[in-house]
Amino acid sequence: MKIRRYGIGAVALVAASVLALSGCASSGSDSTSSANTAAIITANGSEPQNPLIPTNTNETGGGKIIDAIFAGLEYYDASGAPQLDVAESIETDDSQTFTIKIKPDLTFTNGDPVDANSFVDAWQYGALLSNEQLNSYFFEDIEGFSYDEDSPLTGLKVVDDLTFTVTLKEARSDFPLRLGYSAFYPLPKSAFADMDAFGQNPVGNGPYKLASDTAWAHNEKIDLVVNDQYDGGRKAQNGGLTIVFYASEDAAYADLLGGNLDVLDAVPSSAFSTYQNDLGDRAVNQPAAIFQSFTIPERLAHFGNDEEGKLRRAAISMAINRPEITDVIFQGTRTPASDFTSPVIDGWSDSLEGADVLAYNPDEAKKLWAQADAISPWGDSTFQIAYNSDGGHAEWVDAVSNSVKNVLGINASGAPYATFAEARTAITDRSIQTAFRTGWQADYPGLFNFLGPLYATNASSNDGDYSNPEFDALLQEGSSTADSATANEDFQKAQEILLKDLPAIPLWYSNVTGGYGETVSNVEFGWNSVPLYYEITKS
Amino acid sequence: MAGYILRRLLQAIPVLLGTTFLIYFMVFAMPGDPLLALFGDKTPNPALLERLRQEYHLDQPFIVQYFLYLGGIFRGDFGTSFSGEAVSDILARTFPVTIRLAIMALIIEFVGGVLIGLVSGLRKGKLFDASALVVSLIFISLPIFVIAFVAQYIFGIQLGWARTTVSTGAPIQDLILPAFVLASISFAQLIRLTRASVIETQGLDFVRTAYGKGLSRRRIIPVHILRNSLIPVVTYAATDFGVLLVGATVTEGIFNVPGVGRTLYQAIIRGEGPTVVSFVTVMVLIYLAVNLVVDLLYGLLDPRIRYVK
Amino acid sequence: MSNNSFTPTPKHFVAPLEETPLVAIDAVNVGERPSNLWIDAWRDMRRRPMFWISAVIILLVIVVALFPTLFTSVPPNDNCQLSNSNGGPTSDHLLGFTKQGCDVFSRLVHGTSTSLSVGIIVTILTTVLGILFGAFAGFYGGWLDSILSRAGDIFFSIPYILAAVVIMSVFSAYRNVFIISLAIGIFAWPATARVLRAEILRVKNSDYVMAARATGVTNFRILVRHVLPNSIAPVIVVTTISLGAAIVAEATLSFLGVGLPNSTMSWGNDISAAQVDLRTAPQTLIYPSLALSITVLAFIMMGEVIRDALDPKARAQR
Repeated sequence: MKIRRYGIGAVALVAASVLALSGCASSGSDSTSSANTAAIITANGSEPQNPLIPTNTNETGGGKIIDAIFAGLEYYDASGAPQLDVAESIETDDSQTFTIKIKPDLTFTNGDPVDANSFVDAWQYGALLSNEQLNSYFFEDIEGFSYDEDSPLTGLKVVDDLTFTVTLKEARSDFPLRLGYSAFYPLPKSAFADMDAFGQNPVGNGPYKLASDTAWAHNEKIDLVVNDQYDGGRKAQNGGLTIVFYASEDAAYADLLGGNLDVLDAVPSSAFSTYQNDLGDRAVNQPAAIFQSFTIPERLAHFGNDEEGKLRRAAISMAINRPEITDVIFQGTRTPASDFTSPVIDGWSDSLEGADVLAYNPDEAKKLWAQADAISPWGDSTFQIAYNSDGGHAEWVDAVSNSVKNVLGINASGAPYATFAEARTAITDRSIQTAFRTGWQADYPGLFNFLGPLYATNASSNDGDYSNPEFDALLQEGSSTADSATANEDFQKAQEILLKDLPAIPLWYSNVTGGYGETVSNVEFGWNSVPLYYEITKS
Repeated sequence: MAGYILRRLLQAIPVLLGTTFLIYFMVFAMPGDPLLALFGDKTPNPALLERLRQEYHLDQPFIVQYFLYLGGIFRGDFGTSFSGEAVSDILARTFPVTIRLAIMALIIEFVGGVLIGLVSGLRKGKLFDASALVVSLIFISLPIFVIAFVAQYIFGIQLGWARTTVSTGAPIQDLILPAFVLASISFAQLIRLTRASVIETQGLDFVRTAYGKGLSRRRIIPVHILRNSLIPVVTYAATDFGVLLVGATVTEGIFNVPGVGRTLYQAIIRGEGPTVVSFVTVMVLIYLAVNLVVDLLYGLLDPRIRYVK
Repeated sequence: MSNNSFTPTPKHFVAPLEETPLVAIDAVNVGERPSNLWIDAWRDMRRRPMFWISAVIILLVIVVALFPTLFTSVPPNDNCQLSNSNGGPTSDHLLGFTKQGCDVFSRLVHGTSTSLSVGIIVTILTTVLGILFGAFAGFYGGWLDSILSRAGDIFFSIPYILAAVVIMSVFSAYRNVFIISLAIGIFAWPATARVLRAEILRVKNSDYVMAARATGVTNFRILVRHVLPNSIAPVIVVTTISLGAAIVAEATLSFLGVGLPNSTMSWGNDISAAQVDLRTAPQTLIYPSLALSITVLAFIMMGEVIRDALDPKARAQR
């Protein structure tokens, strides 16, 4: 759903991205011999922007904590594959009605049982409009959901203590895949009495729990200790987890080098050229489920849904030297895009038909641009890419603009908006008159999540107002197909349409860049860029 | 004297109203809907957005918002941030940290600046004076973020003399490095100011008289020259206290100090009017108090200045 | 400090004129023009090498700002190739390349006008407002002092960097030299005002001011002819330094993401952009910082000379 906005050094780190459970069943069971299982791991984070309620936490700062202290029906392992956590089974015949069975005898850390009601009540709470939960849209496919009024989820039915059923408005084959996302976590009975108090001092059922009532030191850190009652696939191999809140990635990185931090999951851009040297084999740089692009709305002059628009979009795409920019500006911490999703997602492909439009090809770009000029001359116009300047985007926007400028011989530049709020407002109310930066971090590891919300007709985050019935049909077909391989084929075909229309110009996938200290080992990063903290051991 | 102080305290009220109005208006005038940013790149559904707007009074006109907020302050309610934390709690945890940092920085810049400035002034045109000019130039022409990054890298990472960032509770020893960095902004100003003032004072009759009477330099320099040169320096240092309090945005960010500058900056960027104004209110009060003390200090430094009217 | 007297009457006794014996004057040279503080100052300044050195540097900077193309033929933002990123000097590109592969020297030359303008506009703004508020507040005292000083407090209690962040966000779509100067200056002037006010409080009780007052010179004339020139020294110090501080503030605003757009060349923008590669390519930081330092140095030296020249006592010592 959303993207991190990287702080540029000062204080702008307002990460808005979504989390998901991270887990790894295979390597989680045994630890290295010298490891001290009582040692506390320190990791970087940022002050949660919302109370710690799963359905109200939609950014990485709070998400990391939520994932550590709650356990949902499933969790995602390092590769993004869902593994059962609290659920014993999730079954369906038609991808529309699901029967979910929960493992017996599980409790929250305050002793409340984890049962069917823990899930159903939490979901009802999260979906209700008047509760104003930021993640309410996750329940939109469940029968009874309404955006406009308070309306109970009639699709949720408790069968017995440990069984409940979910009925969707229409078939969604990837629904089980979504259930590892934090919006679907259970809540204890005690939470509903005073949700505000719960948000400050949450009680969960995950591998960790808050060390004390005052564990959350606002703007400084949160102390988590191991929850011995947790018995899922994410059993902690260390004595606890302290998440230190940083205002900037630079500060966190300095602490890693200074030996005050064990695990870092975001290397600041000022260290891109040095972190491999600084950290040696303790540096991490691997693709993640983050897709970066810029969107050219069809309402812009010269970029309409016609021959000229398509030629110009293709020309601009081919004028961007992605490998050089990812190499020089990002020092290899981005991977040039070859589709509209991410390499860590099952079904990703680097050989879609028409993907050559994403390759740097100055001659072809010039040719297509000239053909478009023959239809309607470009003149002295400037091609601009809007971005929020509080998020550290200026560098790559400049580089992309220069690339376009140098190849096509037109004026191109960035168009900065001071704040993220201002940029989002201009994009949302459609007053923006330029191309604009767009990015997407997946909520759950599925192709549909990268496509449906962004490019389907009238989809919530379709900020460029793209619409193509063929694309919609393929998407619909894919999401109602039970077999995931067949579904992914549909999604790939849908992307081939996108490669022709280019509603957004794919740029690159953000890698997760991080590192860890000398005293910790067994550090592995999940599909969602968050380290699997529970696996880490410390000597 | 008591009457003077009372008058000054009464004058604080219009200043407070003026400042809060000004900052509230400026934050209000910032383009963009702060609530949209809560949803990241995802566009929220309109009904939910409308409810949130009502909750934070963002659907009201500016003047209504301002008075709603002001009314809250009189009831002791500073409002809540978007994260649901009471603003008064945020004030209570950030101001002590920043005040500690600001006082440390002030002491460093004052002692360092006045000493170097004094010697420079006494040895005008000599090698020491020239070197002091070069050093202050370096500090003037390097932005604070460069100084901070370099200091953090050299002293924190390479030499390991200081902790790279400030740990929980912001203990004094962790604040030393950021305090030095913070002090470097005004260091140069204080050196130049002291120097200029010392040169001027040196030429005054009473100093010449003192020399003429055969008093030792040891006595003349601190008693006659320094004391009489301090007025502009103290004034500047006091005005600087305000800058140190909230202007520490960049330094606090780089050294991860959980203080006012960083929190206030975030609130501004997120368009959280009530949080911003609450911070500014407390800051204005501190600032006015400091200025009052400085105005009273003038009388001590120069008995000719009196508060009669 | 009692509160029982109503007027700040001088405590000194000045003898009435008619009682002063006038025998001391033997002759008056009527051919000599009356001495003027500013003319004296100019006579003094032009004899000093420091004045000429700083004047030449300032002039050079101004010429570069006005006619950048005289100094470089490379357009600053055209043909920036990433393959040259952070590259070293070549015969055509004397100072090498920025991270974006643009010519460092050309950006430096073309950025001069922006940075100099920001520095000068901010300085003029803060000095004019500072002198107006500070002089009247300090000299007249009383309720005028209260009003002016508290008005200054309103602006000064909001630190100018934060205020500038807000203002630049408000005028997000119109980021230009004038707006950014306004954003920095409008909240920075009270510093000058307070320093001047403090100095005037000190000076206005001096014997020569008393003397002038006793001879019936009007208040305003006393302020302009006697008090201001004798109180201006710290203002000049603060002003010449704040010129540099303003240019640097522009860099800090760029760092915070609310500076001038990157397509505008400025030293501040370049310093801010160079911060990312502080460890691997410090040269991209050093050149704009050096240009900034030299400019600031020239203005500080100039301020120093002016200050000396305006101070009759310092002059007499030589």
